[in-house]
Amino acid sequence: MSAEDVMICGAGITSFARTEATGRQLAVRAVRAALADAGLPWSRVRAAYGGSDAAGNADTLVAELGLTGVPFVNVRNGCATGGSALVSAVNAIRSGAADVALAVGFDKHPRGAFDPRPADWGLDEAYGHEGLMVTTQFFAMKIQRYMHDHGISAQTLALVAEKAYANGVRNPHAWRREPLDAAEILASGMVNDPLTRYMFCSPGQGAVALILCSRAVARQLDADPVALRAAVVRTRRFGSFEVFSPWAPTGTPISVSTDAARLAFEQAGLGPDDIDVCQLQDTESGAEVMHLAECGFCEHGEQERLIASGATAIDGTLPVNTDGGCIANGEPIGASGLRQVHEIVQQLRGRAGERQVPDGPSSGFTHVYGAPGVSACTVLTR
Amino acid sequence: MEGPLNDRLHGSRCAGCAVAVYPADPACPRCGGPAAPAVLSGTGTLWTWTVQRYAPKSPPYVVPAAGFDPFAVGYVELPDGVRVLAVLDIPPEEVVIGMPLRIGAGDGVPRAATVGAAV
Ligand SMILES: [Zn+2]
Repeated sequence: MSAEDVMICGAGITSFARTEATGRQLAVRAVRAALADAGLPWSRVRAAYGGSDAAGNADTLVAELGLTGVPFVNVRNGCATGGSALVSAVNAIRSGAADVALAVGFDKHPRGAFDPRPADWGLDEAYGHEGLMVTTQFFAMKIQRYMHDHGISAQTLALVAEKAYANGVRNPHAWRREPLDAAEILASGMVNDPLTRYMFCSPGQGAVALILCSRAVARQLDADPVALRAAVVRTRRFGSFEVFSPWAPTGTPISVSTDAARLAFEQAGLGPDDIDVCQLQDTESGAEVMHLAECGFCEHGEQERLIASGATAIDGTLPVNTDGGCIANGEPIGASGLRQVHEIVQQLRGRAGERQVPDGPSSGFTHVYGAPGVSACTVLTR
Repeated sequence: MEGPLNDRLHGSRCAGCAVAVYPADPACPRCGGPAAPAVLSGTGTLWTWTVQRYAPKSPPYVVPAAGFDPFAVGYVELPDGVRVLAVLDIPPEEVVIGMPLRIGAGDGVPRAATVGAAV
C-alpha cells in the first residue's frame, strides 16, 4: 500500500461470551460502536463489506442500521471472511470509490465441534463414516510432526494456552476469563495427541466492526486514527499441508501464512523486527507456535526458548495475542480476523486497559489462517 | 493373503511434474495437466499421526458394532512421492514417526498396519 494509507477511525466490538443474542444483533451493536468511536453517522458510510460463516448475510443489517442505499457486499470466505471484507473496504477507499467504508464480521455457532460434510470438501462419504472429518486431527498431526522436526515440547504447548487464559482474565470482552496453569492444561484430557482439551478454542459468538477512512476524512474527524499499512489475503500454493486432505505432497510443507505475511510486510515497507505487538491465529496452542515462525517472527524451533522466557507475554519483547486470542475468545469464524485488528488498533491507541502493552507500541501485525489453506494478514502503525 | 491391506491404492500421477495423488484425479493439482491412473506402493513410513480419543460426531461417524475405541490416524509417506491419510490399525501407544508400514485401500478409507501384522 504505497500510494495512500487507509486510516482506521472507528473500532467496535461486542463481548465474545455466550449470550442469547443473535449474530445479526451482535453485528448491529458492533457497527454502532464503531461509528460512535469514529464520530460518524451511518449515513456517511459509502461502501460496506461484511459477513458471517453461520449467522446470516451482512447486507441485511441495513434494516437495523438504516436504509441509506449504501452498496453492501456479502463476504463468505471461512476464516478469512473478516480479512477479505477488510481488503475490499481498503480497495474501495484507495480507488476513490468511497471515502468512508465499513468492514464487519460476526458469527454465532452451536456449541461443540464444527460439523463439516465430506461432500463439501470433495471427499468420499467414507471419510465421514470412519471418523476422519475432524478438524482437530489435522491441527494435531501438523504440530506432532513440527515438534518432531523442531524440538518443541508439550510443556511449550501448555504455556501458550496458559498465556491465552491469563490475557483473557485482563480482557473484559473475552469469553474465557478464568486463569488455568500449564499443569492443569496438560492434565485436561487428550483430545488428539499431543493436544489436550484446554489447548483448543471452541466455536463461539461475537462481532467486530471497523470504520475505514481516507486520510482527508480522518484529518477532519476528532477520532484517534491508526494507519492500516497493509491488508492482504492469499490462498495456498502447491506443497502446503491442509485440513481434510486425503493426501499431501512430500517434502517440507510450505505455508500460505508465510506467503501472506511476506506480502503484507512488503506492502507496509516494514519487517517482523519492526513489530511491537502481534495477533496470530491460535485455533489451538500448536498453531500459535508454528505461526510465530511461519510469519517470520523467529526461526523454526526457536519458540521453545522464546515462549519459556516469557517473550510472548504482554510485558515480553514480542507480545502475542494480548486479548487472549481464539483460545480465550472462542472462534466465531466471521469475527475472529477483525477481532485481531480491533485489538491492535486499541493497543496502538494506548486504550487496551489492563492488557495494554507497556511503552506505547507503535506498530502491530495480525494473522489469520483457515481451511482450505487461506491466510489474511495486516500491518498497522501509529 | 486376504484382507483390506492387500488391495493396493489406486491413485494417479502427472507425467509432466511427477506428482502422485490419492484418490485418483484426472487433473494434476500442480500444473492442471492430465494425470494417468497409477497403482501406488503398498509400503511406506509414517510421516505424522494422532489419536482420535473421543467418538466423532454421528452422523457422519458410524460407531463400530463393538463400540467406540480410540484409534490412530496418520499420513503414510510412499516412495511414489505422496503422503496418504490412513487409519492406523496399530495400538496408539505403539505409534511412532518414521515406523515402516503396509498400506492398502481398505473398505472405505486407506488403512495401514505394521509390516509384520496380520491385517
Ligand atoms: Zn503436473
